[in-house]
Amino acid sequence: MSDPAADLLQTARALRAEVGAGLHDQLAEALYTDAAHLADRAVTRPDERPRFDLDRAIDRLVTSRTWGFPIMILLLTVVFWITIQGANVPSSLLATLLLDKVHPALKDGASALGVPWWLSGVLLDGAYLAGAWVVSVMLPPMAIFFPLFTLLEDFGYLPRVAFNLDRLFSRAGAHGKQALSMTMGFGCNAAGVVATRVIDSPRERLIAILTNNFAVCNGRWPTLIMVSTIFIGSAVPAALAGLVSAAAVVSVAVLGVLLTFAVSWFLSRTMLKGQASVFSLELPPYRPPRIWQTLYTSVIDRTLIVLWRAVTMAVPAGVVIWTISNVHVGGESVAEHLVSLLDGFGWLLGLNGVILLAYIVAIPANEIIIPTILMLTVLTARLSGVGQGAGVMFELESGNAIRDILHAGGWTTLTAINLMLFSLIHNPCSTTILTIYHETRSLKWTAVATALPLLLGFAVTFTLATAARLLGWA
Amino acid sequence: MSLNPDPGHEQPAQRTLADLQPGETAEVVALHSDGAERRRLMDLGIVPGTRIIAELRSPLRDPVAYRVRGALIALRQSQAVQIEIRSPAPEMLS
Amino acid sequence: MTMTTNTLPGSACATCPMNRHLARLGVSMDSWDYVVALAGNPNTGKSTVFNALTGLRQHTGNWPGKTVARAEGGFEYGEKRYKIVDLPGTYSLLATSADEEIARDFILFGQPDVTVIVVDATRLERNLNLALQVLEITDKAVLALNLMDEARRHRLVVDERRLARDLGVPVVPMSARRGEGVGELLQMVHGVATGEIRPRPHRLASTRDAALDRVLSQLVARVEAAFPGLPNARWVALRLLDDDASIESAIRDGSLGDLSRGLQTAPVAERLALTGVAS
Repeated sequence: MSDPAADLLQTARALRAEVGAGLHDQLAEALYTDAAHLADRAVTRPDERPRFDLDRAIDRLVTSRTWGFPIMILLLTVVFWITIQGANVPSSLLATLLLDKVHPALKDGASALGVPWWLSGVLLDGAYLAGAWVVSVMLPPMAIFFPLFTLLEDFGYLPRVAFNLDRLFSRAGAHGKQALSMTMGFGCNAAGVVATRVIDSPRERLIAILTNNFAVCNGRWPTLIMVSTIFIGSAVPAALAGLVSAAAVVSVAVLGVLLTFAVSWFLSRTMLKGQASVFSLELPPYRPPRIWQTLYTSVIDRTLIVLWRAVTMAVPAGVVIWTISNVHVGGESVAEHLVSLLDGFGWLLGLNGVILLAYIVAIPANEIIIPTILMLTVLTARLSGVGQGAGVMFELESGNAIRDILHAGGWTTLTAINLMLFSLIHNPCSTTILTIYHETRSLKWTAVATALPLLLGFAVTFTLATAARLLGWA
Repeated sequence: MSLNPDPGHEQPAQRTLADLQPGETAEVVALHSDGAERRRLMDLGIVPGTRIIAELRSPLRDPVAYRVRGALIALRQSQAVQIEIRSPAPEMLS
Repeated sequence: MTMTTNTLPGSACATCPMNRHLARLGVSMDSWDYVVALAGNPNTGKSTVFNALTGLRQHTGNWPGKTVARAEGGFEYGEKRYKIVDLPGTYSLLATSADEEIARDFILFGQPDVTVIVVDATRLERNLNLALQVLEITDKAVLALNLMDEARRHRLVVDERRLARDLGVPVVPMSARRGEGVGELLQMVHGVATGEIRPRPHRLASTRDAALDRVLSQLVARVEAAFPGLPNARWVALRLLDDDASIESAIRDGSLGDLSRGLQTAPVAERLALTGVAS
């Protein structure tokens, strides 16, 4: 007697030929016929149609030709405005507490206990300060942005955004839902990468992951705002300064959106070429959001998880920054050696060695870029009377003081513009890189996600710097 | 925006879902797509005989959201042209 | 709360507050008496049901396809420990997306003691499509008629008794986000898990195609002969006719044979290991 399993499979194959290819269709039809019949028996609908269908009225409005886009832009602007405005006060309170009060107290305590200078340097000036920076800069905006975003999500508005924008994304070979992960990326790229999970087709999801970095995350906004205020705003008459520097920041963010489309288009025609996956987007019924539960889950799920990841990344970076600034080889600190090593390449890009070193050591979190740049500039330009010592990150209240330091470090308008561009177009922070690996489980795509924007950033800044120099602007 | 996708592709002469204007109701006659696309549409409940209503058009005119078996499903125009429709039987309009 | 084929035995919990018996254990469980699978369409509040049962706080958004990874948790009820697995939300178990395969394989090979099918009461017709497919695979199911608050808001009246009678499985109207019906759901899950309730689910009547029905019954006989005691021979036969590669390989490597030899009585850990769930 033959093997019953093989026997069965053979019979099945023979019978399949009799049935033909229409079986799946027949099954689907039969299932839906039954489902419709059962549902019809169980559900009684109200006799008269409700006079006013709220869901439909909202949908007509938020997807209307006239109002769809203005409402979308207005809602997102309000979310960002509340985030930026609301975060200011708690951020400076946290900074005062953690940097101005706790840090000196810890230093005093350490010296009272007789802790050697290098140990308190590594732990308090290095590890503690970096962690404290990240907490005070990141926590307030995230604790405001994520709950607001989650409220929009719970209400059911976000799928409508995907619906409104799908055509643009489909032209770029991507999925409309990428609009959501991109928007989330304006808050935090690591959270944006996780948000690509709602895209159910693998190819389009990968495109969304690889391009999320072009959404300017809230760790990069402070860099853009500061550089643009000091260098761009000051280049125009005072009355226009605020407007022009704000416009410069917005242009960088808009450039990021354009790059998202361009790079998505490029990827879908090269590395991720292939048949477009099946599109489907369900617009769920609106549901009144539950505010307290939303606050709770978004603070726990998103804010604290992302913050914790950033802190665990920033603390070792603080140790590295302090160490390279304080370990001396041949009369100069390691940091100074590295800066002069990177200066040549930095010059080619219209940047400098300090900026490149800051982007290398501050890869864990973009939030510490500015304090690191200031500290390294003071260190390498051998300025005295500013800062708090080698390896100690600091920030100055006054824009003029910062400008003086940076001018002393050899900065020009070109440096500032290219720093803003490089802030937009460079490798994702290590938290995001790690998240990309978690989500893709692929070293290859993690490497592409890291290298692609970095190389693009080199190309853009090099081109601009070279053009400016040839034209005699810089 | 062209309502006739590439001319080399054989196009069913019948009315398709892409012709349905928002507010109009139709009955699905046949699906002219195949493979994963066809399966997905069927899983969403779009099978011959299904009543379907065009409800919303995206501000950029594509995609369009259709009411199918109680849910609102957005389909791109490239998908809608593959779904053949006819005017619904009178009892379906009730 | 609705009953179908059996009356609820006089359990002690019928009188006492439900939540006292619900020891929420989160995920820190190391042994279970029963396995519960949670299936449903995307955006039916499946994750909210999961949270209500386990006390976990998995984020749930008004957005289809929130649960991508499979979430697991546990709870204790009626002195029994339950492991609960939240399957990816899918529209169907017929097509071949990765999510659907995960859900389908778990229900088929994981042999959960109970499969809770979460449906959206406001979109019953669409949701029953998946429910009917689950009922083709397993008898041991409970239908959670979720989002009843939304149904009321839309002034829909759902006759859960008739639905339970038609489907042949217990139907529990609930609103998980308001905590309504959670106790009744637990009671039904317990009843089906312990065998006090024995559902006799609705099966697809016919395919309206006599030739197909003839071929199908031929193949069902062969499947039953090869795997006596298989609880879903008809469904397996249908999948074979539909050229389902993963069912074919399950027949070839003997994992389908294991099911027919009564693996459903094997320890929970062994069954979970079969479907790749860490125990």
